[in-house]
Amino acid sequence: MLFKKPQVAFYPFMVLRDDYKCVRCKSCVDQCSFDATYYDEDLNMIMNHHENCVNCKRCEAFCPTDAIKVVKNPSTFHPDANWTPEAIRDIHVQMLTGAIILTSTGNDKPIRNYFDHLLLDACQVTNPPIDPLREPMELKTFIGRKTDALEFDPDGVSIKTTIGKQLELEIPVLFSAMSYGSINLNLQKAMARAAKEFGTYWNTGEGGLHRDLREYKECTIVQVASGRFGVDLEYLETSAAIEIKIGQGAKPGIGGHLPGEKVNEGIAQTRMIPVGSDAISPAPHHDIYSIEDLRQLIYALKEATNYEKPVFVKIAAVHNVAAIACGIAHAGADAVVIDGVRGGTGATPKSLRDHVGIPIELAIAAVDDRLRKEGLRNQVSLIAAGGFRSAVDVLKAVALGADAVYIGTVAKLAAGCTQCQQCHTGRCAWGITTNDPRLAKRLNPDIVAENLYNLLRAWAHDIKELLGAMGINAIESIRGNRLRLRSWGLTEQENKILGVLPAGM
Amino acid sequence: MKVYPIEENCISCRYCEVACTMVHSASKDPVKAYKLEGLLPRATVEVKGAVSLSLMCRHCKHPFCFDSCISGAIQVGEDGKVYLDEERCVGCWNCVLVCPFGAAHPFISDNEKKRHSFKCDLCGDRGFPACVEACPNRALVYDFER
Repeated sequence: MLFKKPQVAFYPFMVLRDDYKCVRCKSCVDQCSFDATYYDEDLNMIMNHHENCVNCKRCEAFCPTDAIKVVKNPSTFHPDANWTPEAIRDIHVQMLTGAIILTSTGNDKPIRNYFDHLLLDACQVTNPPIDPLREPMELKTFIGRKTDALEFDPDGVSIKTTIGKQLELEIPVLFSAMSYGSINLNLQKAMARAAKEFGTYWNTGEGGLHRDLREYKECTIVQVASGRFGVDLEYLETSAAIEIKIGQGAKPGIGGHLPGEKVNEGIAQTRMIPVGSDAISPAPHHDIYSIEDLRQLIYALKEATNYEKPVFVKIAAVHNVAAIACGIAHAGADAVVIDGVRGGTGATPKSLRDHVGIPIELAIAAVDDRLRKEGLRNQVSLIAAGGFRSAVDVLKAVALGADAVYIGTVAKLAAGCTQCQQCHTGRCAWGITTNDPRLAKRLNPDIVAENLYNLLRAWAHDIKELLGAMGINAIESIRGNRLRLRSWGLTEQENKILGVLPAGM
Repeated sequence: MKVYPIEENCISCRYCEVACTMVHSASKDPVKAYKLEGLLPRATVEVKGAVSLSLMCRHCKHPFCFDSCISGAIQVGEDGKVYLDEERCVGCWNCVLVCPFGAAHPFISDNEKKRHSFKCDLCGDRGFPACVEACPNRALVYDFER
């Protein structure tokens, strides 16, 4: 290709256009935010720079006459199990740029998904199933520290024990942390509205809480991360709970970097940094080098908020996650959040996204086991995050021992995302991970809030049906109930870690 | 009643344009409407940077186009809508010139036998404007005078 490096010609996707159906409305030209589509006036034709196409499918979705299909480039490299097109292209990118490869969303490698290897139980004959349409089913979940035992008044009826502040969820699903900056305000607004309407919570992420969203105080979890962006007393108080972010599943062990050019007026004000300055979250919290240090921060936050807010601690699922989670429980957290290897992000080095961390299924099982063994399970709630795709995944996670599940990618998908892995470019054609006003307006918070509400409603129905089939009428009864799970196609060691029996046993 | 564009929601996808062309065609097919019937949309999307909106006849209370019409093709109905009779129009383009919104457009057929201006008729017999129905981001509303 003229004026380009030869390797640019090996692009992965192509835009096919049925020229008969194309009415030259130029919708695709306007929708493409990656400069892959343009109109040639002399030829009166819509043309493509295929090398720029990222397969976001925005043009395909918005072609009024269905004239466009984005396809895989049929021209491939010589078939080679080791030197896959991805491996070759990565070499090309690095030899041309001398830089690490940035990417986004979650791990896309075929790491075994244990949810797909777990099967649920159902009732037959001796233990009748329940029809959720006829009988009450409860998905209510409480997140927070539970007491060791109950003490009663001498009358034997009234309870003397008091319990700390709990988060009350109508479904064991919360919207996970996505910061203002990595996503735009429209999606945060939609999540906040859907959470409020349905009775669950959304998480601000590390980018502070915009003024416009302070009215959603009751359903907001505010995050305190290593950059401490937007953290002040008012921020901490405008919340239902506080989450300390230590790590993230998509990039365990590294911090974040929001480039200065993305820091506009709104983001700057919310993050409390100057306009145009880089927002850098350091890899470590510079005041946390031990469980004791973490305890200090947890209690500093509790003290600041008058012990009215539960404090969560979020970590990435790494090799010895169970021991770390126990440390967090000892440090006084009210909930441990574990983010698995498939967790998403707005920007991360590809090598970290694809190769660091462990699957969330194993982490839930290991952490739940360890907390039980140490007698700490009642002291902390366990929230799992990273790669949940459906209500069934949620239910399996709860059966493995999680109290609730964070969904981020699912919320993005409900907002239109097609997983093209370009969040880090800030040019999201669907208007999700961008703050460019031209693109951000593509996401109408009213529509997305409805979509998210529908999704939660559908998942609640799904979970109730599955519970009913198991003869259970409350999500509490399946929590950590691994006897209702069986596995298939797993090794003995994997079954042991998951604490489940193989199918047939 | 008329169609109101909501600028903050318009994503310049041009669904309004294509839907408009389609429902005003004889074939009711978007491809044929553009390619065989040579029709053009009555609603047009204006884009400048981050600002975009769909523009169509505002059905003004005191329309300049009505004042300037030399053939009597433009009439203000009792329902407050501005009607343009394409059969009666002689194609003087006065309305095209005076419309402050650029919402009246000239039409000349390929063989130059037909010549008239055209504009949004709020989808006449259809009952509900096609552009509003087609808009994927709720950037158009069909509403009473605001």
